[in-house]
Amino acid sequence: MARVRIPPTLRNEVGGARELEAHGATVGEVIDDLVERHPALRAQLFQNGGLGSFVNVYLGGEDVRMRDGLETPVDEGATIILLPAMAGG
Amino acid sequence: MADPATVRAASSLLDLVGSTPLVELTRLSPKPSVRVYAKLEAQNPTGSIKDRVAKAMIEAAEAAGELEPGRMLLEPTSGNTGISLALVAKLRGYSLTCVMPANVTEERRRLLRLYGAEIVDSPAEEGSNGAVRLALELAERDPSYFMPFQYGNEANPHAHYEGTGAEIASALDRVDVFVAGLGTGGTLMGAGERLRESFPDLVVAAAEPIPGDAVMGLRSLDEGYVPPILDVSKLDRKLLVSNEESVAGVRLLLEREAIFGGVSSGAVIHVTLRLAEELEEGVVVCVLADGGWKYLSADFWESDDVERAMERSVWW
Repeated sequence: MARVRIPPTLRNEVGGARELEAHGATVGEVIDDLVERHPALRAQLFQNGGLGSFVNVYLGGEDVRMRDGLETPVDEGATIILLPAMAGG
Repeated sequence: MADPATVRAASSLLDLVGSTPLVELTRLSPKPSVRVYAKLEAQNPTGSIKDRVAKAMIEAAEAAGELEPGRMLLEPTSGNTGISLALVAKLRGYSLTCVMPANVTEERRRLLRLYGAEIVDSPAEEGSNGAVRLALELAERDPSYFMPFQYGNEANPHAHYEGTGAEIASALDRVDVFVAGLGTGGTLMGAGERLRESFPDLVVAAAEPIPGDAVMGLRSLDEGYVPPILDVSKLDRKLLVSNEESVAGVRLLLEREAIFGGVSSGAVIHVTLRLAEELEEGVVVCVLADGGWKYLSADFWESDDVERAMERSVWW
């Protein structure tokens, strides 16, 4: 089981929760588990079959794009953070 | 001490942009076999790395014939780029309007006003993405504005390729890891590319903030923003840093090395030390983008709950 932090932008889609628990051995499986229970998330998170360019997914504080993307293995009790891409400067 | 014979008078403040000091952080390095260096960008004329970017963008536009004196500049910024553009605008004869989130620190607003810049507030809850959106709308509506647009202007990474990156490559014989904050992506793309030419096995690492809930009030993820100049595939590591970790980094930098950095510098130090720990031996170089002066009015310095004290403002 992993904990998934939900940004304010996506809380309407999950009934207001700031954090949810979800199951899966990879980041993709964890997100699939979430989307199954909260189908409104799908349109927000995915584009053309992959993660949308404006969504960032972090495992252990690292962007999963720098690792194996949705195939990145998830340890029991890990925290996944979802964030919209934000600029600075 | 620098050799007094090497000190020369500059003909313009703009000639003093860049060529910033690189200092070894011997007291912060986790092990003697790992050397850590910091590029002190607060030493630029307005106190941040954005002087390089502002100067480069305006010079490129002038060279291309897109700018003539008297023209109005418009730019979305969380502060530093605006302040740097205000300096360049003053010396080159332009007026400047900055579109800024309403919740940046007062120092940034006051400094911009003192330089004579106009400020247009963008909605606080949309963070910097809201400033980008509003500036693009204003520029579309009024073609008399010239928008340098740091997020999409190749002069931004180019300034770091020719400047920041080249300066580090010329100062050191070896660099294994390069760490900088992620805002527009200019430093990471430009300096990263230049350093990779000299050090092909280089790891380019981004330190990225976790925005407070109050500045992530986007209606949907479609309102997320990836700067056009940022190619995430050119990064090797991309690490999130909480506000609390950033402030701990600022304090550590001050306590151990007597360097007073800004919030993003604290985040960069946090990531730098994490990656330095992972190395057996090697050289890590980080970029400290500004000093702490523009954050002194903030509440987090004396707060027991740093996250709460910082969640409503834009810090990068």
